[in-house]
Amino acid sequence: MFAVLRDLVRYNVEFTIGAILVAVIVIFACLSFFSPVDPTQVYLAIPDQPPGAQYWFGSNSRGQDMFWQLSFAFRNTLTFGLTVALLSRIISIAVGLAAGYLGGWVDRVLMFINDIFVAIPIFPILILFYFVMRSNLNGFTLALVMACFGWPYDARLIRSVTLGLRHREFTRQAVFAGMSPAKIMLEEHLPYVMPIIFATTMANMIWSIGLEVTLAVLGFTNINIPTVGTTLYWANNHSAMVVGVWWWILIPVIIVVLLFIGLFLLAVSLNEYIDPRSRLRRMGA
Amino acid sequence: MTTLLNVDNVSKTFAMGGLLSRKTTAAVQNASFSLAAETPEIFTIIGESGSGKTTLARMILGLETPTTGSITFRGKPVGGATKVERMAFMAAVQPVFQNPFEAFNPLKQIDRYLESTARTFLGLKDRTAVERAMDEALQTVGLSLAEVKGRYPHEMSGGQLQRAAIARALIPNPPLLIADEPVSMVDASLRMSIVNLLKALRDDFGVSVIYITHDLATAYYISNRLIIMQRGRIVEMGDARTVLENPEHPYSRLLKASVLSTEDAGDGKLATNPDMVALATRLATAPGGQLVSRPDGRLVRVYEPV
Amino acid sequence: MAQDNKRRDILTVEGLKAYYQMSYFGVDREVRAVDDITMTVRRNEIYGIAGESSSGKTSFIKVLAAALRPPFRVVAGSVKYDFSSGPVDVADATDAQIEAIRWRHLSYIMQGSMSVLNPVRRIGRTFEDFAARPLGLRGKAFEERVVSHLEKLKLPADVLRAYPHELSGGMRQRVTIGLATVCRPEFIIADEPTTALDVVVQKEVLSLIRDVQQEMGSSVVFVTHDMSVHANMADRVGIIYAGRLVEEGPTRQMFFAPKHPYTAHLVASLPRIGDTTQRPALEGRPPSLAAPPSGCRFHPRCPLAIDKCKTDVPPLQTVAPDHRTACWRWQDVQPLVSPHAAHGVMA
Repeated sequence: MFAVLRDLVRYNVEFTIGAILVAVIVIFACLSFFSPVDPTQVYLAIPDQPPGAQYWFGSNSRGQDMFWQLSFAFRNTLTFGLTVALLSRIISIAVGLAAGYLGGWVDRVLMFINDIFVAIPIFPILILFYFVMRSNLNGFTLALVMACFGWPYDARLIRSVTLGLRHREFTRQAVFAGMSPAKIMLEEHLPYVMPIIFATTMANMIWSIGLEVTLAVLGFTNINIPTVGTTLYWANNHSAMVVGVWWWILIPVIIVVLLFIGLFLLAVSLNEYIDPRSRLRRMGA
Repeated sequence: MTTLLNVDNVSKTFAMGGLLSRKTTAAVQNASFSLAAETPEIFTIIGESGSGKTTLARMILGLETPTTGSITFRGKPVGGATKVERMAFMAAVQPVFQNPFEAFNPLKQIDRYLESTARTFLGLKDRTAVERAMDEALQTVGLSLAEVKGRYPHEMSGGQLQRAAIARALIPNPPLLIADEPVSMVDASLRMSIVNLLKALRDDFGVSVIYITHDLATAYYISNRLIIMQRGRIVEMGDARTVLENPEHPYSRLLKASVLSTEDAGDGKLATNPDMVALATRLATAPGGQLVSRPDGRLVRVYEPV
Repeated sequence: MAQDNKRRDILTVEGLKAYYQMSYFGVDREVRAVDDITMTVRRNEIYGIAGESSSGKTSFIKVLAAALRPPFRVVAGSVKYDFSSGPVDVADATDAQIEAIRWRHLSYIMQGSMSVLNPVRRIGRTFEDFAARPLGLRGKAFEERVVSHLEKLKLPADVLRAYPHELSGGMRQRVTIGLATVCRPEFIIADEPTTALDVVVQKEVLSLIRDVQQEMGSSVVFVTHDMSVHANMADRVGIIYAGRLVEEGPTRQMFFAPKHPYTAHLVASLPRIGDTTQRPALEGRPPSLAAPPSGCRFHPRCPLAIDKCKTDVPPLQTVAPDHRTACWRWQDVQPLVSPHAAHGVMA
């Protein structure tokens, strides 16, 4: 594992840059565990201070130190994005592998459900959830709901790869070697699907974080939990740009962009590394 | 005499095209033959692409169901109805595939397939017993566990891979192997080692082999009996030497005439008699006809005069 | 006289070395796919190249066809063509020089016809794409030229209006032969052109290639692993093993008086109808081009190997007119099949 990381850092510039960007942001988010302030409290700091020695990222109109506020916000946003990605990956791998390998009626039923989820408009449903749950709608519940909508496209992609693998000779060899369908799917086919999983994890995080920001800016999430979205919601609420508190908006946006660039570079370089073809070349084939 | 495998009047049709222009193609038409349990033999199915030879093999392996007719193995339908029956069938009838480079997952070690076969079909739990079974099978094909253990497919030659695949198939001690073009993708210098191995399996280990090929020369070299298929129909069937030395059906004769011989290397004799081609092509779509037996024991398809 | 000899050869390859040089995540690999090959191809002959998978034969013809892509590059040597338009060294030519000879002087017949024929373009359009510019003809004149050429290949003019999928495999391969030969090139590279075809069609296509070659007087380098194809096609055969040319000679001699143990084995292992004697099998595996054996690369598998073979690389030496072999013990190589025995069986 260590050797893999060392090789990646040494020979892949994309990986190094991506890893540094993501690591810095993750460390920044983790600092929130040591925060001296409670992010839900207001008017603990002098309001509207520009970035400086006392408040590194400035302070907002609600009297909060933006450094600690954003640290909490990124912790919550990252956790949220990862949760959605992880849960929806599990669903899409299970559905994609099963539909592709087992075929027949299993495939038809799973793809029917899949297409229903593709057709359902997610945004009104999320708003409906907000109205039903109100303040009970925490980050995890929202992640759960979004994970339920984040898998169908990727499941179809995975299915198309396994459909091709199903007719390869080594799959038939595995069948006649007495391997169970679960073993064939997880051990024979999963390695070929990994590049798709990595690539879609990235896209999925961008999608879920983007949607969370949209919902929050419109006020359809629990605005007392600091996230990137709710930070922008409050900034908008206090007309930050109009009154000249630009750092309230600009700093979170810059960090989000850096986070996405970092995730993108990581996904690209890891993809190249785990791609079966490049793996085979490294093995000396 | 008990029958090992009985193929009884088997046909397979595939539906092609959409809703409006539905066409059916007959991949295999009324194929019948049987293999005896007491005398292991190499039974060869010769045919070109589209002759239905691979479909026939897939039906024998239970991977396709015949449209009409039946295939039984030791008196029971192939494939097995329940999971237990299916496992018992797979232990007794094992396949060898065409492309050795595709036979194992390139990202996985080869021995895991052998190990899985030993554990599932021999019911072995103990590590040393599993390894002994693997090593025995590998020794049979001229390899050893030490050579194969921990190796990835790209580390071995096509010939070694094909042997490892045959060793894998041999682990449950099957009485019947189905080998679909097992040497067509193997390098020339390694090809004969595989062909000789199939021969040794029959002679020394009593394994029957259904050998599917388009190559008349290796068919002549190893097989006891053979059938020649043209567009899904058996056109000639009988003892391999009798049929190939003196083929009777026009298509069989065309196939033999098309074999590139090395006897007159450098002379550049390549022309095929166009009348032969025309006749064989016409018979491919000629209606019906039936297999008639000849005094020398072969069956030949003859057609009603048009 | 010397001048004549020179004009006799259309292709002269000298000391050619072409390697794949790659680096993946710290794993550096150098695959010596073509390692010091020297040979010539004469005018108006079919030169057969035989070799197994990963012997380097495909890489070698990539160099001949001037179709190198990084990480594959020529490290040393020259590949000189002597075309009517002037000499070209494709190991060291500009893109414009290669563009000028492609199709007009140097063309190829490839294994999969579908990779040459665009599936959504009619055959006639594909002919225009490939051949209109090199021929310098347009419209009616071009079509007449193509139709008369197709006639020679026993193809009806209708095929020009067909899409590739409407033709059978044999017809498609004939069309690709038509494409490769319509400009009447002086040099044709045929890479396993019949491997994917059925035996009956294979024989037709082979005799077609031979007829076209004889009619045009071109040279053909014919690559296949199938020795029985070489027996019937080639004037001379060269055997490539592990990136090196190990033997070359007139076809008949290669089959009945081989002077390299590998060739002797390849020939002897071909089974024949009418002969059920046990065929020998060669043990071992083809060597890896990334780490080839020392000395003679065939020594680990060679039944005749002596200590010298392990350390010293045998030179390619002339042992009979036109017949060269790279073996220290070539005098001890016995043909495993004699022509008389073979004919006796047939009779």
